[in-house]
Amino acid sequence: MCQAREDYGRRGPGRRAPPPSSPRTCAKCKQGSAALVIRVGDAFCRACFREYFVHKFRAVLGKNRVIFPGEKVLLALSGGLASSAMLRQVQEGLSRETAKRLRFVPGLVYVDEGAVCGQSAAQREESLARVEAMLQATGFPYYLVHLEQAFDLPGSILRRGPRGGEEPCPGYKEAVEDFIQQQRQEVAVADGDGAASLPRRLAGLRTQDVPAGGEPAAPGAQLPAAARTQELLRLFEAAETLTAKEELLQMLRTHLILHTARTRGYTKVMMGDSCTRVAVKLLTNLALGRGAFLAMDTGFLDSRHGDVAVVRPMREYMAKEIAFYNHFFGVPTVITPALRAKRREKTSIHRLMEDFLLGLQAEFPSTISTVYRTGEKLSTAPAEVGSEPGAEPQLCLLCLCALDTLAEEDLALEPTLIAEEAAQGPAGDGCCHAGTQGSCCRSSPTPGAESRAAFLPLLCYSCRLTFKELGHPDTLPPYVRSEAQRRSRRAEMKQQIQEFLLEDDDDEDPSES
Amino acid sequence: MISAENKRPLQTPSPSALRVRHTLTPFSINVEGGAELLFDGVKKHQVTLPCQPEPWDIRNLLQWIKQNLLKERPELFMQGDSVRPGILVLINDADWELMGELDYKLQDQDNVLFISTLHGG
Repeated sequence: MCQAREDYGRRGPGRRAPPPSSPRTCAKCKQGSAALVIRVGDAFCRACFREYFVHKFRAVLGKNRVIFPGEKVLLALSGGLASSAMLRQVQEGLSRETAKRLRFVPGLVYVDEGAVCGQSAAQREESLARVEAMLQATGFPYYLVHLEQAFDLPGSILRRGPRGGEEPCPGYKEAVEDFIQQQRQEVAVADGDGAASLPRRLAGLRTQDVPAGGEPAAPGAQLPAAARTQELLRLFEAAETLTAKEELLQMLRTHLILHTARTRGYTKVMMGDSCTRVAVKLLTNLALGRGAFLAMDTGFLDSRHGDVAVVRPMREYMAKEIAFYNHFFGVPTVITPALRAKRREKTSIHRLMEDFLLGLQAEFPSTISTVYRTGEKLSTAPAEVGSEPGAEPQLCLLCLCALDTLAEEDLALEPTLIAEEAAQGPAGDGCCHAGTQGSCCRSSPTPGAESRAAFLPLLCYSCRLTFKELGHPDTLPPYVRSEAQRRSRRAEMKQQIQEFLLEDDDDEDPSES
Repeated sequence: MISAENKRPLQTPSPSALRVRHTLTPFSINVEGGAELLFDGVKKHQVTLPCQPEPWDIRNLLQWIKQNLLKERPELFMQGDSVRPGILVLINDADWELMGELDYKLQDQDNVLFISTLHGG
């Protein structure tokens, strides 16, 4: 034994003994030394990995032809690994030679969630400074949004925007051909200037929008007023479980990004959900009661908002691949802490599912890709949700998915609603039935129970579950309350004039009997 | 040679000789991707491992890290013998799966990097 050790020492510090599995060569080019293992057992060298990674991004965008040339696309960055990798891919894609270049106009948005994630004001400022430096370095227009600004959102955010435009949407191929032709004309017109047209176009990209965050009154890097932050913290602290907090955070973040996109004229939003994240989200949403909406929540294209569509170009990358790519090729990230459970608080369904899937993945390396591929088979064919055949399906107030609770007798909802009625106590009982708008409850002495009941019929099943774990509706941001009120009143009004409505007309002119 | 080998086990190797063979020069452990939050926000750690009779491997290193470097909530970094699923380990910028994972024997001037891909990153 000692003999072997002596030999080892004699070889000198420079030369290493080969490790048990000797360094493998790249499975693809058979030349470079392997740097990482992708999927099950495929060892790639750095160069081949880079090619594979970059190619995949363009393949995903090319396969799902939804981003049209010249379209304004907003990249939603969290500072984390996946969204930073996405940003780098967009930068690389835009800088290639003309024929193969990506053809859209990017903007960046970052939502500062430091307040609810336990960061002090100083830590938030530091993170924001780093993020802003990172965003400025790209040269694209960027917007820094604070989560507190959710209290300023308009109620229209919860309404589906007008789909597309009035003019018929050209097919993808024609759009690309048109664009290329247009570019050739531009180059021809600026003759003699040919070499300058590319930098000019890039410069055009840079000066699209004011890069300093937009509103002159509130430059992005400054923190919002302390009172606002308190309001936000109160909202989150009123939530009873970490699951509800996570769902609430996701909802507010999505609405803020959507609002930024709408007001700045962006028609697409790119989110950096990796394959791992998508698989976890799939199972988490199943557990949350969102089985009917899995395709929208995890698919490549999410068009529930109508005018702004969400795309997920990173959904075929495993989190491991993204982490390696970022490390090898120096992609900057700014990691901020996530929502944390307080001591003695149970963890969220999201965390549980992540631990479960990742634990399984460690033993069975094809777990996540199997879950992902199963999810890929789900399509977003809209279901007919009963009610009048011509009318638009009613949408959930918070998640804008089709309301799946209209046929309440068919679901297991009825027992829970009856239990709720009983819990509301003598004030609500007898006059507040499940499904009605509770107009008589306005006179009840328990305002909390009544206002909650008013929300429930507007929500889908899973949003109801989340909503029940949130605090008093008064803590909710104004836009949620105002939109809920608007819808309740409309439904009430519609009910009142129901008998005067003709079957197949729009409900604007009630006929006189 | 054979006689020399037979004689070896009877001799007690001198303690100083053992130490020379199983000491590693100070090397760096880096933490990224959010995992640095478990290490007081510090990304780069220069460590000098104490001498011990067996060579250092990743398994031992993890135990040492748990006892000496992890400031809070060790269950967020480690699970049993190994790292928590979702935390990647790179040895000299290469996937540890290519190097034997926990059984890889650390050598001089090695560089170990932990990247967290978990929630919050």
